[in-house]
Amino acid sequence: MSISKKIVDDFVANGVSFITTVPCKQLAGVIDEVEAREEIYHIPSNKEDEGMGLCAGAFMGGKRPAIIMQNTAIGVTINTLATLTQFYRMPLPMLISYRGELREPVACQVEMAVHTKALLNQLSIPTYHFHKESDADELDAILKYTFMCNKPVAILTDASFWGGYGDQ
Amino acid sequence: MIRSEILREIAPILRDHLVVCNIGLPSQELHMIDDQPTNFYMLGTMGLSSSIGLGVALAQDKTVISIDGDGSVLTNLGTLPTIANNVADNYILLIIDNGSYGSTGDQPTYAGKKTKLENVAKACGCENVVACKAEDTGKALQDAIDSKKMTVIVSKCESGNIKLPVITMDPVVIRDRFMKAVQA
Repeated sequence: MSISKKIVDDFVANGVSFITTVPCKQLAGVIDEVEAREEIYHIPSNKEDEGMGLCAGAFMGGKRPAIIMQNTAIGVTINTLATLTQFYRMPLPMLISYRGELREPVACQVEMAVHTKALLNQLSIPTYHFHKESDADELDAILKYTFMCNKPVAILTDASFWGGYGDQ
Repeated sequence: MIRSEILREIAPILRDHLVVCNIGLPSQELHMIDDQPTNFYMLGTMGLSSSIGLGVALAQDKTVISIDGDGSVLTNLGTLPTIANNVADNYILLIIDNGSYGSTGDQPTYAGKKTKLENVAKACGCENVVACKAEDTGKALQDAIDSKKMTVIVSKCESGNIKLPVITMDPVVIRDRFMKAVQA
């Protein structure tokens, strides 16, 4: 089974039926899988804070939401995470491509990578880092934890987890 | 006619529906005029009223009205293409356009200059866009509800504020009672 399919299977098994995405090359496979699933309403966002607003609304409307985005989005969404998701105590699994880690070909990506964990830590956001494919075995438990505690939770997925960037 | 006068006039229409209300003075005014468990007050996060309301509308069947301002829509302009391309016929976006950032001291917005948000909404692909005078907001809103078609209303009003207290209700209480009202 592909890793993208396994990830989306875990979302579906945990009742996640509303997913917003902002694309990243590394996330293309999982976004395709989200789009293909009938159980999920897939709503692409133009910016990640907009996506978090959509997810907050979907949660209050009775659906379990999730957001899929790149780690650069942490820089965009700090205000929304603090004043909406955390302030109103809402669950939000965030599947995040962790650009700027080992095997990264684009130097600028490293500039946000070095801040990513520090920012998440500063926000007291529970953070998990998938480096090997077997790390995704914890996704089911992470999703259950997220909807148990009603918090945003970050799942960082680096290039090694996705199998690199192909030929560079 | 200023925003608080519009809200006072449309309160009897709003109270039967789910309402997501914009940060700052709009929420404080609605809270003072007619507090209802069906009202979700934004205490922060400028710009996301339309996004939150669309999320609620897509997740369930009751009518949802997002009350937004011209300044807040300009902050999150990407919301209009998302709305246009994810049609929820139980969703109404009511933009109260006073051409200014009311909560921060009435600094002018670009919507009060050359930019026409009704034209922006149409250009983004929104199919039912109504521009109206402040005095006609109630009729436009009721027509949109009755049409059962996703509608964007741009209500043009004068800039101006009234003095009123901040909302001290706990955000989790606001969210919890709103969710119970959604499920009721």
